[in-house]
Amino acid sequence: MTKKNSMEEKLQDDIGADAPYDPAPEVAGLRKRFGAQVLSVEAGIDCQSVTLARECIVEACHYLKSEHGFEQLMDLCGVDRSTYPGWPAGAPRFQVVYHLLSLSRNHRIRLKVGLNERELVDSVTEVWPTANWFEREAFDLFGIIFNHHPDLRRLLTDYGFEGHPLRKDFPVTGRVEMFFDESQWRCVYRPNEVKLRQLIQKSWPGVDRG
Amino acid sequence: MAEIKNYTLNFGPQHPAAHGVLRLVLELDGEVVERADPHIGLLHRGTEKLFEEKTYLQNLPYFDRFDYVSMMANEHAYALAVEKLLGIEAPERAQYIRVMYAELTRILNHCMWLGAVALDIGAMTVFLFCFREREDIFDYYEAVSGARMHASYFRPGGVAKDLPEGLLERIKGFTERFPGYVDEYETLLTENRIWKQRNVDIAIVDQEAALAWGFTGPMIRGSGIAWDLRKTQPYDVYDKMDFDIPVGVTGDCYDRYLVRVEEMRQSNRIIEQCVDWLSKNPGPVKVDDYKLTSPPRAEMKADMEALIHHFKYFSEGYHVPEGEVYAAVEHPKGEFGVYLIADGSNKPYRMKVRAAGFAHIEALDYMCRGHMIADVVAILGTQDIVFGEVDR
Repeated sequence: MTKKNSMEEKLQDDIGADAPYDPAPEVAGLRKRFGAQVLSVEAGIDCQSVTLARECIVEACHYLKSEHGFEQLMDLCGVDRSTYPGWPAGAPRFQVVYHLLSLSRNHRIRLKVGLNERELVDSVTEVWPTANWFEREAFDLFGIIFNHHPDLRRLLTDYGFEGHPLRKDFPVTGRVEMFFDESQWRCVYRPNEVKLRQLIQKSWPGVDRG
Repeated sequence: MAEIKNYTLNFGPQHPAAHGVLRLVLELDGEVVERADPHIGLLHRGTEKLFEEKTYLQNLPYFDRFDYVSMMANEHAYALAVEKLLGIEAPERAQYIRVMYAELTRILNHCMWLGAVALDIGAMTVFLFCFREREDIFDYYEAVSGARMHASYFRPGGVAKDLPEGLLERIKGFTERFPGYVDEYETLLTENRIWKQRNVDIAIVDQEAALAWGFTGPMIRGSGIAWDLRKTQPYDVYDKMDFDIPVGVTGDCYDRYLVRVEEMRQSNRIIEQCVDWLSKNPGPVKVDDYKLTSPPRAEMKADMEALIHHFKYFSEGYHVPEGEVYAAVEHPKGEFGVYLIADGSNKPYRMKVRAAGFAHIEALDYMCRGHMIADVVAILGTQDIVFGEVDR
């Protein structure tokens, strides 16, 4: 019973609801520390979004965690920009997007690094151990290779899966299908015969976009 | 004397205590777990790939199928993300309805969690009690959406329909009954000797580890960090609600149990406040823009323009301005975030779902090390894993 009572005492009202909002000293800090390696800064709808050079990502994460209180890595994901309308031809094809959360400052920031197909990005598992699986997922779905990752295996797709399904050149119907082969008495893969259908066009010419 | 070697055990993928399809490779030294290697992805359905082929409206029902025991909470994050990009805000009544249903969903989730975990640990009755309340909440789901589980009720710009007549009285009755039900669960478990033996001091996570492993929701609050997005980054009308955040002390399985039970009581308080407000304040439940929401059926039958809007809405869908946004809600399991990149067309360019359970199950290895094999089930239970959201 004592345990329960002590919990009730700890019930709190309005935690952090009125934490003072400080307009991003971390961006100024990043600029000062990394100079030209901070490629661009966008205000963003929800939080500031900082594009960094690939080489400095681990150092930048260490810096943000220790100096600016970003204790948590909330999300890490890959993005394939290859079919994005108006994406510059020379710009890197992939992006790795990091969402950082500071509980002490009640603040978020988004970091991005760009890279091409055969380029490596350093793993941030040494900063936050939780990055491990998020990076495995990005490797699995996009083929982004993380340098110094302790255990870079596929995570979500099948054992022995070929290809990286979230790349834009991977068909949504997949390349193989699995079926049960009576003669061999086991599951086998065969090339997929499903036709790719597009029910709703992405762009409707001449429509009022109001 | 024979040489003693570590024993590797394959747990799952079909195991009743795995809460879905989890293959867990356990390396054991006698009965002590040396290493746990979860293999996930057995429920991977490629939803993030499918998102890129569907319009914003068609994407909504996929969210019910992420965490399939707290359906509307998933939709909530998606609705908020799209609304942020569109630059609209749902009408106040819709926001209250959403908060009410989000909290009903929290009770729904915690009841499922409590029942399933108690059953794993050997308490049969709690499961039956919890499912009795889940039936009530499913009825409220059905009353507004027609579906008992996969509701597709929260929409960008509001909710699909207003509440039917008489529903608020039924929910009010539920809120009056429910604290008594929670007392029943607590009578069965809180001071139960077996329950305490299985949970107290199992899988202690200190604050530093909880932060490093990306814990959110009851998992981080169980470790004593008072972090709740409903308080710290309020969305919809949570800032008008009066409720408390329970936090644990030691960060063990028992604390996380107490946190979740208290959360059920707090959710009940929020629902009471919403019922009270909703019964006094009628009003619109979706934004008044037929490019973003469907026009009323009666109007569609008589008005040409409404018919065109209806056709466009359900075929082409609406175009979301170019941009990117990360919207997160305090999902019953933790922080459920949607990172949406829109390219200005009627389909998302990329949508990443950040599921709380994904980070939690990643820490399974950390939490299991040094524990007995029987504790693995208790630890899996305390993480509140649902594979719909972990595997996506």
